[in-house]
Amino acid sequence: MSTAAATTDAGVRPTRSVKRSTGRLAGRFAALRARDEAAFVPFLMAGDRGLDCTARLLDAVVEAGADVIELGVPFSDPMADGPIHQRAAERALRAGTTLRGVLDVISDFRKRSDVPIVLFGYANPFVRFGPEKLAEAAAAAGVDALLCVDTPPEEADELRVPLRNAGLDMIFLLAPTSTPARIRRVLKSASGFVYFVSVLGVTGTKAAAPERIAKLVREIRDETDLPVGVGFGISTPEQTASVAAMSDAVIVGSALSKLVEEAADDDAAVDAVRALSERLKQATRRGAAR
Amino acid sequence: MQKQPDQIGHFGPYGGRYVSETLMPALLELEEAWRRIKRDRKFRAELDALLSEYVGRPTPLTLAARLSDELGGARIFLKREDLCHTGAHKINNTMGQVLLAVHMGKRRIIAETGAGQHGVASATAAARFGLECEVFMGAEDVRRQALNVFRMKLLGAKVRVVESGSRTLKDAMNEALRDWIATVEDTYYMIGSAAGPHPYPMLVRDLQSVIGREARKQTLQATGRLPDVLIACVGGGSNAIGLFHPFLGDETVRMVGVEAAGHGIETGRHAATLSAGQSGILHGAKSYLLQDELGQVREAHSISAGLDYPGVGPEHSFLKDQGRASYVTATDDEALDALERLARTEGIIPALETAHAVAHAIRLAPTLSRDEAIVVSLSGRGDKDMETVASARGVELRAARHGNGAQA
Repeated sequence: MSTAAATTDAGVRPTRSVKRSTGRLAGRFAALRARDEAAFVPFLMAGDRGLDCTARLLDAVVEAGADVIELGVPFSDPMADGPIHQRAAERALRAGTTLRGVLDVISDFRKRSDVPIVLFGYANPFVRFGPEKLAEAAAAAGVDALLCVDTPPEEADELRVPLRNAGLDMIFLLAPTSTPARIRRVLKSASGFVYFVSVLGVTGTKAAAPERIAKLVREIRDETDLPVGVGFGISTPEQTASVAAMSDAVIVGSALSKLVEEAADDDAAVDAVRALSERLKQATRRGAAR
Repeated sequence: MQKQPDQIGHFGPYGGRYVSETLMPALLELEEAWRRIKRDRKFRAELDALLSEYVGRPTPLTLAARLSDELGGARIFLKREDLCHTGAHKINNTMGQVLLAVHMGKRRIIAETGAGQHGVASATAAARFGLECEVFMGAEDVRRQALNVFRMKLLGAKVRVVESGSRTLKDAMNEALRDWIATVEDTYYMIGSAAGPHPYPMLVRDLQSVIGREARKQTLQATGRLPDVLIACVGGGSNAIGLFHPFLGDETVRMVGVEAAGHGIETGRHAATLSAGQSGILHGAKSYLLQDELGQVREAHSISAGLDYPGVGPEHSFLKDQGRASYVTATDDEALDALERLARTEGIIPALETAHAVAHAIRLAPTLSRDEAIVVSLSGRGDKDMETVASARGVELRAARHGNGAQA
């Protein structure tokens, strides 16, 4: 896994990690590479405006061209999130959102779409649900991977092993503070893709300088063949285009949550999220005019 | 048992490092710095000098003679952490951590606080060493601990009022962690309890163990034998682990942590994490946690801001499961009664947090014999709580409106 990244645009890079996934994620990244596109990965907080609205938002981002979707599972104490996602989680919890309910929405979504879904959340609701039970239920619902933002590889086995046995990837984070030793340690456990947190800060923090992101992404690429996604602090089509030029996936969250928060009603939220998503997806097409 | 935690910070199934990857290098660096410095002769001499010349250690062990006589059972000794500079045990920890921060070349300190005692102790340490200090404090606690807020500001610290969630200690810690994620390269996070991600539970325990080391020696001197029971209040649990830890190898010594039962455990309005919670993950560690069946964290309640926390330090969870320590509770009302009783029988007004430990000593002493000894960690003094106590007793403190500064 530590072999240098291929510099060609060849199709699937045959690494152990990619093979381990359900196939939807790996297949998606392979197809994008062939089209010279980065993945557009919208983040949606499940249950914000209720799970019925979440189902509509999922369809809207798919229509807009989402390549992978990160679906947030709300937690009462989201310590890695800025105010926008904190409020989104609070609204979702007030609306009675449960992990079971989120999985049901995904089950339904799977009848309509094969866009890969990454569950994004904090350890306690996942562990409380029961790691074995979660892996089984998530696989059955059609979840492709899980990202647990407060669980570094050292603490991950409780979730990672049952997930792997159920055919799901566990996505790990790297950060601007990651040392070379740390990058290697995290990559040892990573599968699916690697999520590079491009800013020093919580979600919704102002973007980092593109040169800095590029340098760090190159350092990660030197160590892995896994796709590298970049997130935190990316909100506009311009930033998306610049990050898409240097990485495999661009994750946009707070900018979409803000639209959901500010919309007058569900229809307006769906329309606003679809409109921005279309522009963001367009920005991930590397050859396309900006 | 002395070997806890393991190399990556686990106390049995508890503890660990449940944080976002951004913080991992800083935690690894902190752990390494602490393991190195704690054996360093120069560091130990510096810390000892600070503790004796600045904090006022060793603190006395006081026999609560009138209270013991009134109760007619075991003799109660008070380990007088209330006599530490700034009025609570919290400064034992901040003195050690500020030396560590300086050693690591950090210029800015952040801290979370509930009752404000750790905030004051952090601000004090920062002032003493000329560092910048920001203290995160829930809006609800800012209201009920106004005196300590004023003290922190007087000491040159900036108080960041946290309006999210339950607006208490839990939320202050969330916000401090969020700040640290953004500032980790030049900021030292001074956690005040034996909680949070590894190495904090170990680091804070090591620094607070001075309480137990002194108490052990002093009890031997005063009674010729080891104490029979140790009692301390438990919010995050730093004064308790500090008292307990040096006695872990003494099999005859019983250890009792007292959690806040608030309005009563049956009402759901309490902070009795070990007594009524289940294993969970919050603020960087696995430990007992007050949570619902979906894993969402419940709001805690206690009349004492310092115990008003839904989590607890991981070593306490381990000691509970091992059966090495037991954990009981005292309600708001029991704590208030204990505060008044200690004031009247001994001339000592304890903090409301501490009063929970005193309440259990009052319950337990009559069940023991006269030749048995109880050591209570008198973790802090009650000045900061006078408005809360007065209001609970229906007394209006008009004078307090005119200037908290006069009391500080």
